[in-house]
Amino acid sequence: MEDIIFYDRIQFAFTITFHYIFPQLTMGLSLLIVFFKWKFLRSKIEKYNNAAKFLMKIFAINFTMGVITGIPMEFQFGTNWAKFSELTGGIIGQTLAMEGMFSFFLESSFLALFIFGEKLMGQKLHFLTGLLVFIGSWASGYLILATNSWMQHPVGFEILENGKYVLNNFSELFGNPWLLPSFLHNQMASMVTSSFVVASIGAFYILRGKQVEYGKMFLKTGVIFGLISANLVAFPTGDWNAKNVVKYQPAAFAAMEGIFETEEAGSEIVLVGQPNMVEKKLDNKIAVPNVLSFLTYQNWNKQIKGMDEFSKEELPTNIPGLYYSYHIMVGLGTIFIGLMTFAAFLLWRKKLFTNKAILWSIMSIVPLTYIANLAGWYTAELGRQPYLVYGYLKTVDGVSPTVSSGNTLFTLLGFIGLYILLGLLFLLLVGKTINDGPTSKAH
Amino acid sequence: MELFWFIIIAVVMAIFFILDGYDFGAGIIHLFFAKKEDDKVVIAKTAGLFWDANEVWFVVAGGLLFMAFPTYYASVFSGFYLPLMIILWLMIFRAIGLEFRGQFKYQMWKDLWDKVFGISSLLLAFFFGVGLGNVVRGVNLGSVENGVSLYEPHYFFLPLWNSDFSPLVTHPGIFDFFTIIIGVISVLTLAIHGANWIIFKTNSSINDKLKSTIFIMNIFLFVGSLISLNFWRNLNNDFFNNFWDKPYLLVFPVLFFVGVIGQFFIKKFKKDYYGFIFSTLTILGGITSTLASLFPVILPSRNNVNPDLTIYNMAVEGDGLSMALGWGIVGIILMAIYAIVRLKLTKGKVDDMDYGH
Ligand code: HDD
Ligand code: HEM
Ligand code: HEM
Repeated sequence: MEDIIFYDRIQFAFTITFHYIFPQLTMGLSLLIVFFKWKFLRSKIEKYNNAAKFLMKIFAINFTMGVITGIPMEFQFGTNWAKFSELTGGIIGQTLAMEGMFSFFLESSFLALFIFGEKLMGQKLHFLTGLLVFIGSWASGYLILATNSWMQHPVGFEILENGKYVLNNFSELFGNPWLLPSFLHNQMASMVTSSFVVASIGAFYILRGKQVEYGKMFLKTGVIFGLISANLVAFPTGDWNAKNVVKYQPAAFAAMEGIFETEEAGSEIVLVGQPNMVEKKLDNKIAVPNVLSFLTYQNWNKQIKGMDEFSKEELPTNIPGLYYSYHIMVGLGTIFIGLMTFAAFLLWRKKLFTNKAILWSIMSIVPLTYIANLAGWYTAELGRQPYLVYGYLKTVDGVSPTVSSGNTLFTLLGFIGLYILLGLLFLLLVGKTINDGPTSKAH
Repeated sequence: MELFWFIIIAVVMAIFFILDGYDFGAGIIHLFFAKKEDDKVVIAKTAGLFWDANEVWFVVAGGLLFMAFPTYYASVFSGFYLPLMIILWLMIFRAIGLEFRGQFKYQMWKDLWDKVFGISSLLLAFFFGVGLGNVVRGVNLGSVENGVSLYEPHYFFLPLWNSDFSPLVTHPGIFDFFTIIIGVISVLTLAIHGANWIIFKTNSSINDKLKSTIFIMNIFLFVGSLISLNFWRNLNNDFFNNFWDKPYLLVFPVLFFVGVIGQFFIKKFKKDYYGFIFSTLTILGGITSTLASLFPVILPSRNNVNPDLTIYNMAVEGDGLSMALGWGIVGIILMAIYAIVRLKLTKGKVDDMDYGH
């Protein structure tokens, strides 16, 4: 059975991973652009305005990439997951259609106005268009997460006799207890990526010794926003998500944390270790006793279910993958908090701009923020397995009945080739934009 | 309710083809007729400034189709798997061509992306036409063999082609004589539309030459349309029934022919936008007459075992459609306002505009 859906899953995972590289930057960056534009309105210092317009250039490149890689995502619901679309379209069709109608419209129209209309509209309206781009991109994230949250924790629906899922409560769909924590955590994670990117551009300008003025501004702003968001991503939002997983997907939680056996009293928290699926234990484990129980229930001795309590049917299909994704996310999150706290301390002591080691670290850490975001998504998606709609619809039952795996492999290879090209061009273009810097008049 | 959403989706789709259609057309013209660098730049700009805003309509049409007719979305998207994926790739190529052309000053770089943009536009126009042809012709629903369906009655899978290329067999492929003709018609229609757009929006040096080109392409379009109608009659004898029953539907074919015939007077037009209006009518009339002729069918069955797919048996069950009405109406109003604002802001010839871009 697994084989039929193998390429479909790889293709979905590959294309969504590539897609998510772009929105995770744009969502956070739009807020930083609004911030710079607002600073300009208050202070009338031209530097801030240039910074906002410069970041909008980077935004625009990412936005375009987001659009051209997002349309394949929408297509794939129908092309590769036809049965899933047929059965649940009555529900996720609503959120996806709303996304296209509201957020995409808002974003793309006001983005064009922001880029082309500064002279035409005057500064106040220009600020407003920036704000609307921000609202559009967060609304986009919200509606997409509403879709995903329904798959993680389905609410507000009933199943008809012919197997179709129909929506019977619109407000429950948006009041899904999974949605708000997930949205806030995801947005904060996207703030991490974008603040780190801005800080890293700043560090680059300072180290290079050109456009140092802007460099300092970017670095300072990036570090402050980075510190705040790196903390918020862990607490309260990450913690809140973890509580949801324990409550609604206990089997996934046991696998994420690597708890093979339920412990008598409180559970330990695993820092390092490799899942050994044959002997059902963690190799080379380093763990702190009872801490996990405390973090989850604020009670050192409360019991947490281990994987032994669940049948094979209920457990996620890829336990090591899930365990590693989760630990990579949390581990990197801890590193981010550490680095930004130190950088903020140096900023306060006025030593940040001259400390080569920290400048280099900030400049080079950016790829890890992308990895953390993707690892978070892998945690969510692998934890949901073997279901597409948690507890109801199995992944194998959602695939297109008529598309053979030969055809899927063909398109998967096509996507891989095309996306490698796209990725290289993207890097070239972003590299050029950053290299030219905010003072460049060239386009 | 089904009818309401069907009309909305049809309108959004038609708007997409009218708006993005001129980008495709401009790409085709760019490929064959633009020789001077100035013209190339300005044509790429007429498309480059607008494509992403135009693609919005595509995303919205897709989203609404998914919401209102999920079973249809599932069946058609998985059944036309290969051409849809190819369309996706072409759309990506076209976007790269447009976005990257101006990034570096090297001539070879520009030449490369010019060709990418032109060829992908041409193929896209062709594939969209072929797609429409497939929907008109119908498919072997349920993949029936020897009177037995292999899949559920609304699922199917089409290969790219069959050895006989005939639309009349029960197992047609994506490409057959009929769909290829529709593909060519689509290329001609959009090329004319794009040429008119260039005349309307630019001062390029080829504008006068384009008028003669439009005239010639229009002759082919006219002849092609008549041939395809004849084929169509062979495929489906009662393709005119809806029009006899409800004669007011005849406005749609009339629009199409007004558009095509009007185009013959291209050289006499006093204003640059007249031609564009006529080609808009052609596209609008073409899409609406097709849908009106099929209605309420949205995908005919080419076997006697499984019934046609219609807007009634494909619509979402439950109260989804009425629930969507609330936000749908707000969305439609917003989209209309947005389209108007955008038109206002991009008035005038592209060469004269200062976008600082
Ligand atoms: C910069 C990225 C980043 C960082 C540093 C963290 N996360 Fe995260 N996490 C995400 C990025 C992310 C994400 C990609 O944004 C996810 C995927 C789905 C979602 O809504 O957010 C996510 C999901 C997610 C989930 C839900 C998994 C599921 O749905 O099964 C949990 C329990 C956590 N996170 C917990 C944490 C904790 C306790 C962290 C402490 C440091 C943490 N995350 C840091
Ligand atoms: C609303 C957003 C999303 C939806 C609706 C969604 C839906 C899906 C679907 C339908 C599949 C295929 C079936 C399956 O294997 O489970 C899937 C798998 C997957 N998705 Fe998501 N996804 C979303 C967001 C993301 C994001 C942002 C990422 C990562 C960047 C991601 C990573 C994955 C991965 C890695 C898989 C493969 C898991 C596996 O097959 O084992 N998803 N998701
Ligand atoms: C399977 C899941 C997904 C589908 C079907 C999808 C679909 C799309 C589509 C069609 C676009 C282009 C135009 C538009 O905005 O509508 C897009 C862009 C975008 N997507 Fe996705 N997407 C998915 C996953 C995600 C996820 C998980 C997020 C974030 C949480 C996200 C956030 C965005 C944003 C913010 C944009 C705007 C473009 C940009 O800013 O780069 N998408 N997506």
